[in-house]
Amino acid sequence: MECVFGLLGDGFALVAADTSAVHSILVHKSNEDKVMILDSHKLLGASGEAGDRVQFTEYIQKNVHLYEFRNGIPLATAAAANFTRGELALALRKNPYFVNILLAGYDKDIGPSLYYIDYIATLHKVDKGAFGYGSYFALSMMDRHYHSGMSLEDAIDLVDKCIIEIRSRLVVAPPNFVIKIVDKDGAREYAWRESIKDAGVSAA
Amino acid sequence: MKLDLSGLQSFPSIPGGAVDDLGVDLFAAPSFQLPACSDFDGFQKDAIQMVKPAKGTTTLAFIFKEGVIVAADSRASMGGYISSQSVKKIIEINPYMLGTMAGGAADCQFWHRNLGIKCRLHELANKRRISVTGASKLLANILYSYRGMGLSVGTMIAGWDEKGPGLYYVDSEGGRLKGTRFSVGSGSPYAYGVLDSGYRFDMTVEEAAELARRSIYHATFRDGASGGVASVYHVGPDGWKKLSGDDVGELHYKYYPVAPTPVEQEMTDAPAA
Repeated sequence: MECVFGLLGDGFALVAADTSAVHSILVHKSNEDKVMILDSHKLLGASGEAGDRVQFTEYIQKNVHLYEFRNGIPLATAAAANFTRGELALALRKNPYFVNILLAGYDKDIGPSLYYIDYIATLHKVDKGAFGYGSYFALSMMDRHYHSGMSLEDAIDLVDKCIIEIRSRLVVAPPNFVIKIVDKDGAREYAWRESIKDAGVSAA
Repeated sequence: MKLDLSGLQSFPSIPGGAVDDLGVDLFAAPSFQLPACSDFDGFQKDAIQMVKPAKGTTTLAFIFKEGVIVAADSRASMGGYISSQSVKKIIEINPYMLGTMAGGAADCQFWHRNLGIKCRLHELANKRRISVTGASKLLANILYSYRGMGLSVGTMIAGWDEKGPGLYYVDSEGGRLKGTRFSVGSGSPYAYGVLDSGYRFDMTVEEAAELARRSIYHATFRDGASGGVASVYHVGPDGWKKLSGDDVGELHYKYYPVAPTPVEQEMTDAPAA
């Protein structure tokens, strides 16, 4: 099952997600990137049903870009999170999207922030959050070892601890993970944690 | 996300009605009576489940040095009945793109044909061929807008465009994946096993075709819903070409020839009394 988790650090936010695309018992792909770079300073880690995940996150991304083009300034992270929640809420009673989202962003005046948005349009501003079966292990690990204002080294260490725990304890544990970071220098890929390498592949 | 229902709009009824020879109101809005049952939603769900055929097939495709190999079996089954052993499951969208069929045959054929139309329109409008990325996204968006309405499509779009060989997996749940190796259908786990263990990026076209053929054969051997003929296509820079179509029964004896067993005892006629 898909795992997405994230946490805030000192001047940055991290979002990690597994990278397997699964169909009942088959793993179609083990390097599917589920953390979308929403704009220069925002990350959107999403887990959920196949079509919904890509279509909904691309829809949010295009709308965020549109706002920037129309108004000349990028959307604030809080605004983007509320917009996302609003779209989920609108569709909820008609044609719901089954996507769980962790939205991380960096604003110049506020610093890093992390928003937990689940598929029934719940919105919480959090320091750490997780979705999926992996959350059963990641949440308690983070509750135990997290403190606010963690350095990048410590935060990556905590993320690795969570990944190791998920790999060793979850029965259908995803083998590979991607970690992305957003800070004052922007949103970018930080690292992959691979235990299975696909022969000669490029990420979508 | 709004569905584009403009194609379903009907014209308003003309009062005094235009009526054809059979007395049918030509401009009436299409409608039918709902069945009288207590649980209409459940009935709808059951109806969709009844029509939804299991994806009884084996198709596979992979990218390698010389392009893309696409292979499929040719059996169509309805439960335990084999309705056909000669179904064309590799659909030629245009001279440089192929699609595979798994799931509902009508759905796959219709939407691939529709995709071919859209690709041609793109060529005419933009004076250049559409990329495999673009074509697969067109199909994925269409299938996504019909989500939950009972379409059953599990297809791979394979082609060669300006960026080189491209392969995408698209399904009726709205999923779209870019990759280098895919297999779809009830026989796909069996095919994956043989395909993954024999795969190398730098194979010749013949080696790759043989790997594909062997993978399809092994899937048809173990999966009851796959069989018939293993077709293998190759997509290169100049477009696709069908390489072979071998009956899997014959392939079996080619891979595992029957060794003549030595005769232990021969029956002879009893001496005439």
